[in-house]
Amino acid sequence: MDAKVETPVTEKAKLSVRNLNFYYGGFHALKNINMDIPEGKVTAFIGPSGCGKSTLLRTFNRMFELYPEQRAEGQIMLDGENILESKDDISLIRAKVGMVFQKPTPFPMSIYDNVAFGVKLFERLPRVEMDERVEWALKKAALWNEVKDKLEQSGSGLSGGQQQRLCIARGIAIKPEVLLLDEPCSALDPISTGKIEELIHELKSDYTVAIVTHNMQQAARCSDYTAYMYLGDLIEFGPTEELFMKPKRKDTEDYITGRFG
Amino acid sequence: MTDKHLSTQFDSELSSISTRVLEMGGLVESQVAQAVLALTSFSGEQASAVLELEEKVNAMEVEIDRDLQSIIARRQPTARDLRLLIAVSKSTGNLERVGDEAARIARTVQRLINAGVSSRLRLPMSDLGYEAELATAQLRKVLDAFARLDVERALDLLKHADEIDKEFEGLMRKLITYMMEDPRTISSSIDLVFVAKAIERVGDHAKNLAEVIIYIVKGTDVRHNKPEAIEDMVR
Repeated sequence: MDAKVETPVTEKAKLSVRNLNFYYGGFHALKNINMDIPEGKVTAFIGPSGCGKSTLLRTFNRMFELYPEQRAEGQIMLDGENILESKDDISLIRAKVGMVFQKPTPFPMSIYDNVAFGVKLFERLPRVEMDERVEWALKKAALWNEVKDKLEQSGSGLSGGQQQRLCIARGIAIKPEVLLLDEPCSALDPISTGKIEELIHELKSDYTVAIVTHNMQQAARCSDYTAYMYLGDLIEFGPTEELFMKPKRKDTEDYITGRFG
Repeated sequence: MTDKHLSTQFDSELSSISTRVLEMGGLVESQVAQAVLALTSFSGEQASAVLELEEKVNAMEVEIDRDLQSIIARRQPTARDLRLLIAVSKSTGNLERVGDEAARIARTVQRLINAGVSSRLRLPMSDLGYEAELATAQLRKVLDAFARLDVERALDLLKHADEIDKEFEGLMRKLITYMMEDPRTISSSIDLVFVAKAIERVGDHAKNLAEVIIYIVKGTDVRHNKPEAIEDMVR
């Protein structure tokens, strides 16, 4: 495999990944990844299970550090600073790089507190400003109209799609710069999925979004750039339109046309 | 397209729709051949045969388009599968119009016969025959290239596409001369102008199909470019 996939990104890079290798104990899960995640765009990661796409996403906010046997080598530059070597408090990095997971993970508290929770970790806001922040985040996440009359009710009482949007609201309430979405729609019905995709489209004007998805049509619908990964290698990375219309590599074409066997 | 999909059903749908485009091509090809024969032999029977085939060709176009919609809706094709299906859609449109041109020629022959125009009237029939030969050869060649997805053949066809145009221009000059020399030929000469134009259009459609083949295989849209530029784009 080519050591370096040429980067097609012409926009300013928000995250620059250089020579990134990742290990689960002795297992080499990411093999020398080089890519630029463009600022203010949606970048989708596709590939079969076990290809490393979620692993890659988890390196972007050092989520893997929760497990001692996992380690990453190389560089992930965020605004000129290598995230992997940063001496900053890890929660500061995660405040800049937010994440939403596959299964909605509302905290066992009210809808309001779910959104305010992260903010309270980083900022001391007067009540009025906090109210404004919660409303802003819920509006951004296209959930406000559905929950504005029941902010004190438990977040777990919401539907799956609403819970996922609540998690996104929680993620953006602390005003991160990058939002990582790991299969955000896999547990949702088509209507909730549509709302999340609409939301992703809205969010990209303010944030850099990276999304991992098994649903190729979803990647095709809502991303600007798409990366295809296989067995820990970045096989192809390019503008979504190009990748789905005229991929450069046969491996990519075989995968997206369903010839993968 | 030898690689198989995970879904064998999808494979068979794609190969069946390509086969049917070629079938339609075969029908249209014989339609054109019959139209030319009707013209050169002044045969009303041959002309009727062309018009009978037209309905079949039209029905095939509708049927293939319907299957196309169903495949797109159910499979959400991408990359070369998507290109193939877009190409199929364009091809059926072009082939159907080739059929229309054949029918136009056949109807003109019928009109000439009904008007009592004799084949003995001095008209440049052999020149028309030559133009028609060029066009049918182009059509045969492009259908052959479609069956094999042969880019080289398609490129070669594009390179020689202007031969028919030149032949058409020559014919125009000749017909004008005939009309000036003998005004009695004006009415039938005008009919032949339209026939010559119809034949030239067949060549244009063959050219469009050649561009479609390049699009399927290379993914490059080469329309509205000069043949030399196309070579560069593809290589």
